[in-house]
Amino acid sequence: MTASPVPAGDPVPPSDTASEPDDVLRVEHIAKRFGAVAALTDVSMHLARGEVLGLIGDNGAGKSTLIKILCGFHQPDSGRILVNGEEVVFKSVDHARSLGIDTVYQDLALVNELTVYHNMFLNREIVRWPLLNNRIMRKRARQYLDDMGVRLQDVDSEVAKLSGGQRQAIAVARSVYSDAKILLLDEPLAAMGAKEGALILDLVRDLKERGEVSIIIIAHNYAQVLEVCDRVNLLQHGQITYDKKRDETSVGELTELVVAEYRAARERGR
Amino acid sequence: MSETVENEVFAAEGPPPSPVQRNVVVRTAFDAFMRRREATILIVALALAVYFRSASDAFLTQNNLINITQLMAPWVIIGVGEVYLLVSGEIDLSAGAVYTLSPFLMHYAIDYYGMYPIVAIVVAVLIGAIVGFGNGFVTVILKVPSFVTTLGMLFLIQGIMLTTSHAYPAPIPQAAQGTIQEWFGLARWSMLIWFLLIVAYFHVVLTRTRWGLYTIAVGGNLLGAGEAGIRTARIKIGNFMITGGLAAFAGVLVAFHTQTIDPTASGADGASQMFFGVAAAVIGGTALAGGSGTVIGALLGALVLAELQVGFSLIGISANQYTLILGLAILGSMILNVQLARLRRAGRT
Repeated sequence: MTASPVPAGDPVPPSDTASEPDDVLRVEHIAKRFGAVAALTDVSMHLARGEVLGLIGDNGAGKSTLIKILCGFHQPDSGRILVNGEEVVFKSVDHARSLGIDTVYQDLALVNELTVYHNMFLNREIVRWPLLNNRIMRKRARQYLDDMGVRLQDVDSEVAKLSGGQRQAIAVARSVYSDAKILLLDEPLAAMGAKEGALILDLVRDLKERGEVSIIIIAHNYAQVLEVCDRVNLLQHGQITYDKKRDETSVGELTELVVAEYRAARERGR
Repeated sequence: MSETVENEVFAAEGPPPSPVQRNVVVRTAFDAFMRRREATILIVALALAVYFRSASDAFLTQNNLINITQLMAPWVIIGVGEVYLLVSGEIDLSAGAVYTLSPFLMHYAIDYYGMYPIVAIVVAVLIGAIVGFGNGFVTVILKVPSFVTTLGMLFLIQGIMLTTSHAYPAPIPQAAQGTIQEWFGLARWSMLIWFLLIVAYFHVVLTRTRWGLYTIAVGGNLLGAGEAGIRTARIKIGNFMITGGLAAFAGVLVAFHTQTIDPTASGADGASQMFFGVAAAVIGGTALAGGSGTVIGALLGALVLAELQVGFSLIGISANQYTLILGLAILGSMILNVQLARLRRAGRT
């Protein structure tokens, strides 16, 4: 999977950190503009195998753009992406997915009108041609949710009837089940009660213990992020400005960083 | 699914139930039945049959029943297409015009291009599907709402039909008379068999295949379906093509049945059969908002509409009053449907 040359732009220097064999994902000097708006100016980050990385940043810092580039939805204007040490250019979401990168979107991409098991297998249905093999899908969905410790009465019920936490769990289960090796969780804790947030964090912890997937979590709640993450990156003005291991940082420090940015912006505004 | 629920309930009955228990059993079975979206409309269809039977001995005769099946056939067939579109969050207002144009296309193909009748029918249906592709392309790729796209297409197709036919009816082509005509609409049972086959096929596709699942997904959560990797444009355009093809086929059937190719087959403006098709779909419990709907419901919806029309004419209610009562019936059944659906949802959380 060798990629076509990087589009013209700023000259891209060779990778500044020696490529670590354990990195499942490396992003080097990614930039992306939408018309006059520079969403990302120069983003470099990396994700080790089995690692959980917290990505924080204020609204408008470019988190969503970054995620959409990583999942193949947007193509970067410049910079390169390496998956398992090999440079790749994502042609589509499907392409990124085929390389093991899957996203759980903020809106979860669940269809309310469909059952739990149909949602879990959406676009990856088990088919006994020409019909759907509902029996097997139902059984596997049940089994898989049990494995993940997600308590759910009935995989036949419509997703509309579930709580926010359960919906999130199904969306995560869907990605993990589809053999994703790199999971992008876009604000999984937004609009989530304390109990439901705990359910998601438990889920992430379980996945981490198994060590099969590497995860990037985008979140606003620093305390919750620090509970499960190995490392935290801060995205500001389209750049990663901060990269520290969990033990080297604290909720207070992270809050201070973001608030300082806000103050500075206000000063400039005056 | 509801059947198994009922069975379990009865199997678990055990010793002779006390009146209270029996009440619970009956209510559970009733609930399971009512949870099916088609249930309400089936009850309405049966109630109408009972009422018209009591008002007129002629209502349940074989001749009259056949009459009903022939009247409802185009509504069912167009309705099935509209169900697919409504479920995927779109609508096709041009189906009636396609329905009128298609027998003319068949006529041109046979009489001007010397095609075999069967080939000509296939060509007419394919052109219906191509019109559907046009609708889908303008709606999905050029982002014009389908209500507007297909409104324009309605006039465009109607105009093509009027221009090419000079607004004169045409006879059934000589080559198609006889066996072909019998098979495709003229024989007593032919319409019934065709629409039952179509309903069975499209019911299975909607409820048991990937295409059906994606159709629901696209209408239920377009963004989410796209994020899950479903090719939403393909699904929507495909459903427009299905509707166009079905409308064209219905037009051919009715032309053979009425033994003339009529430029006003779907009303002077070409819209009326489409409205009946949409009404059948909607009365049958298909939501305009997308994401849910049933093919069987459209069949029952068309049955109710045909029962009303035939029943009223039997008991001597004039066409003018029929239209009035039809309007009330659509409103009434829709209010009932929506409210019952709400109760159903409230009952089970």
